[in-house]
Amino acid sequence: MKYELEDALKNEALRDAAVELLFQLADDDFMIAYRGSEWLGLAPHIEEDVAFSSISQDTMGHAAMFYQLLSDLGAGDPDQLAHARPAAERKNASLLEKVNGPGTYLTEPHYDWAFTIVRNYFYAQAKKVKMESLKNTSYQPLAEAAVKINMELYYHLLHWKTWFSQLVSAGGEARTRMETAMEKVFDDLEGLFSMGSHGDEITKHNLIDSEETLRTKWIQMMSPVFESLELKMPDQFRMKSGNGRNGEHTSDLKAALDTLGEVYNFDPAASW
Amino acid sequence: MLREKIIEALQTVKDPEIDSVSIIELGMIEELEIHQDGVLIKLLPTFMGCPALDIIKNNVVKAVSSVDGVDRVDVKFIFHPPWTSDRVTDLGREKLKEFGIAPPPRHIEETGEWQADCPYCGSTYTTMENLFGPTACRSILYCKSCKNPFEAMKPVSTLM
Repeated sequence: MKYELEDALKNEALRDAAVELLFQLADDDFMIAYRGSEWLGLAPHIEEDVAFSSISQDTMGHAAMFYQLLSDLGAGDPDQLAHARPAAERKNASLLEKVNGPGTYLTEPHYDWAFTIVRNYFYAQAKKVKMESLKNTSYQPLAEAAVKINMELYYHLLHWKTWFSQLVSAGGEARTRMETAMEKVFDDLEGLFSMGSHGDEITKHNLIDSEETLRTKWIQMMSPVFESLELKMPDQFRMKSGNGRNGEHTSDLKAALDTLGEVYNFDPAASW
Repeated sequence: MLREKIIEALQTVKDPEIDSVSIIELGMIEELEIHQDGVLIKLLPTFMGCPALDIIKNNVVKAVSSVDGVDRVDVKFIFHPPWTSDRVTDLGREKLKEFGIAPPPRHIEETGEWQADCPYCGSTYTTMENLFGPTACRSILYCKSCKNPFEAMKPVSTLM
């Protein structure tokens, strides 16, 4: 069964489930795009600066697309959804809100490139698995968005996979730092697959595959890469920093939202 | 005919960053509906994060509003069918080259690799410098024959 916007507006349970899922997708992209944009001017070389900002811009575009779908479902104005919702209402996985490293953009930014590569690569692969699943979602407007996003995601995934493989296979300090970064990411990776306390309603309406299916597909996609680089995947992924889908977040999120929303909050009615 | 006049007006709307190519040549126009109370133009965005989308929308409204007999112009971005680089017309491909941008390659290897010929000298002896370029839709390449750096429009396909 396929539902169009009009169907979802008539069916409250379906609408609520779609809204829940869309907030998770939108907030995930919004946060990782912001963390990516913090690397502008700081990336290891100029080509990477160009590539990473392009990826972040694309990803922010995907978030905007999801916020628009939310708005169509009556969830509110897209700008307001992106900028004005407090940390407790955010549905992004906690992994994505974590700072890039100690310091701030302007003062002593000791950002961790290994952590950034691992987080972005693992996220891009998880997003890819989700978009493939969403191509068959019961909510037709979301299926169309997934097809579109998937084409751009192709380049993001290729990019992060290249960095990942090259740094790990370089050995020495590069490999050690990548391994440390992987431990940190695996500690919170489960949050990407979680759909939170409303997960059952989301899967019941055939909006996306189950958490388990998504996780299994992620492992299937990653295993050949791990094997070729002689890396070991932990038996279980964790959610050490809390389940963001249920509004459990770290203090990093609040700080990020304050920075991100500074201009918007100064005058929410301003026209751009 | 009104439709022809509107299309003529749309032909004047160029990509803000590649001003030789119109949005028609880029394959961005999906539907043109002429109603009694106005015109509805459905556009396909090329890349989602493209900051030029709003500018294009405004330029479409401006251009089509100036057509005699058009009272109201609405522009809507839709995602279905998705824009792919195959939609760039042959004329569009020629005009991209004139601007110094290689048109999107028609062939992609199974490994995801692709090649673009140099828009200046036509050589196939080129290398990829950065898959990502100054805008989301372009990559940066280098021609080993004529020693010019150049950009290529990225291939995007639903098969990826």
